[in-house]
Amino acid sequence: MARHIDLGRRGEGLAADYLTSAGHRVLDRNWRCPRGELDLVTLDRGEVVAVEVKTRTSLALGHPFEAIDRRKLERVYRLGWDWCAAHGMAAARLRVDAVAVITASGRRPVIEHLEGVR
Amino acid sequence: MPVARTSAIALIGLRGEVVDIEADLAAGVPSFNLIGLPDAALGEARERVRSATANSGCELPNRRFTINLSPAALPKHGSGFDLGIALAMLAAAGTASAESVARVVHIGELGLDGRLRSVPGVLPAVLAARRAGCATVMVPEEAGDEAELVDGIRVVRVPSLRAAAIWHGAAIEAAEECSEAPANRAAAAAEEPPPADLADVIGNEEAVQALVVAAAGGHHLFLLGPPGAGKTMLATRLPGILPPLDAEAAIECASVRSLSGLPVASLPTRPPFEAPHHTASAPAIVGGGSGIIRPGAIARAANGILFLDESPEFSRVALDALRQPLESGIITVQRANATATFPAGIQLVLAANPCPCGRLGERECTCTPMARRRYLGRLSGPLLDRVDLQLTLRRITASGLRAAGERSGRLTSAVAAARVAAARALASERLRDTPWRRNAEVPGPWLRERAHRLPRSATAALDRALERGAVTMRGYDRVLRVAWSIADLEGRPSPGGAEVGQALGYRTAVAA
Repeated sequence: MARHIDLGRRGEGLAADYLTSAGHRVLDRNWRCPRGELDLVTLDRGEVVAVEVKTRTSLALGHPFEAIDRRKLERVYRLGWDWCAAHGMAAARLRVDAVAVITASGRRPVIEHLEGVR
Repeated sequence: MPVARTSAIALIGLRGEVVDIEADLAAGVPSFNLIGLPDAALGEARERVRSATANSGCELPNRRFTINLSPAALPKHGSGFDLGIALAMLAAAGTASAESVARVVHIGELGLDGRLRSVPGVLPAVLAARRAGCATVMVPEEAGDEAELVDGIRVVRVPSLRAAAIWHGAAIEAAEECSEAPANRAAAAAEEPPPADLADVIGNEEAVQALVVAAAGGHHLFLLGPPGAGKTMLATRLPGILPPLDAEAAIECASVRSLSGLPVASLPTRPPFEAPHHTASAPAIVGGGSGIIRPGAIARAANGILFLDESPEFSRVALDALRQPLESGIITVQRANATATFPAGIQLVLAANPCPCGRLGERECTCTPMARRRYLGRLSGPLLDRVDLQLTLRRITASGLRAAGERSGRLTSAVAAARVAAARALASERLRDTPWRRNAEVPGPWLRERAHRLPRSATAALDRALERGAVTMRGYDRVLRVAWSIADLEGRPSPGGAEVGQALGYRTAVAA
């Protein structure tokens, strides 16, 4: 498997652990449909949350959050509804969260979490 | 501290208004929104602020920033808001003290490396801050001298964003400040050369006398003469014999200079002298421009002299644009999004050749009568109507040159300036209870009312001229005004027959 995909998987794992400890229940991982992919889907305080995870090994190319633009968030939001429809979840509310994972080798990964970015 | 605020100044003409800068830091993917009617240069503050903070050792958090400039309806221009925006953001992020930042008005443009640059109009902005009751203003180091011309407000000068953040309590390292000093614009101004002396003028004693009269009464002046007769020479001697600017006028002059982007290191004492080229457009004369309304030649000449050489060559629009400011002493420039007011209390000096070829009355003139008429006809009646002194100059002849004698025997600027100052003192004493200060401002009816009317013996020659139709009623009033200035120069309590006669003689250029 290519290195960047490997890194992404590892970041998603770290993010899932982090969110679980923050009280989320992870419903799905790497859910794919013809229109795209969701990194994580969780349930938090009665809200379905579509989570976009960005992982970097250093800040040399900017902060992971800087790579998440408005268009990306719109897509994640729409995919969130697609996921709900596919799983028969009549969620009253859908939220989009962003998680940044910075895993420099040899150091403890740093995780940042933003709620409700869309 | 999710929301922090500070202040800056938005300038519209010379008037400044305090603008609140609010910075809100919210959880969200990184973005930077600037709202509140910014123009293009201000919109680019986003990029400058981001780079400047990163390069000053005080990185901003990667979150969503919203910057609001209020009042939102007021148009805001230029890069002078950079410093305020950066510090409000640093305060919102908790890097700098929010209380400290909120108390200070900030003016300055940021470089990408975090150094601070001056912007046009620091002086009027600091004046506006003081008027609004602000106690402290922070300005770029290079604009410090300019800002400190304003009394009654504390001026903090900082060379860079890093220094500004440290002043506001940021716990960052003080770095070696920009190795090379920012180009010191103030130094470039240096000392302007002393004005040319009146003693350089050879011959033309009558014209020199008229110049002194114009200076004493603040009269507008029209000089008609062939090329080489000394029109420009005389006009450039005028600033040297006018009284020095008073404090208020000096601040006004310096403010206009500052707004024009010219360096201001100290308050000027000498009246300004503006000589726009005759191809100047109407907006160049009255002020204007798209977006920012800039002062024109009239505003830069306020409290001093506007000299229009080759005045018939100016466009008619530009010339007629002078009429309203000459009347009211202020100039109002209207644009779709704003109205700016500038001072326009000028003394106008017009110069013209007698005809397009310039040889009329001296040598063979090659102009057609039609061309000749059209040439001077371009100076419209309403404009010349406001000019009290109208002189014809002649070229100096060889015998005149010999007769002129030594330089030491001629009137020097220093002597003339002393006479002018004494005459102005007399006039302002007489006009003490009126809104006017100089003879040129006094309206005709006031001169002709019983208390100030001259005895018939004094006005006999003038009355005769009116009778014959040689002067109009307006011309009559102008002769009276000039006669009063001549009397003031001679220290007489009121003009007599000789003074009125001399004043009547200063109307030889154009029949009126």
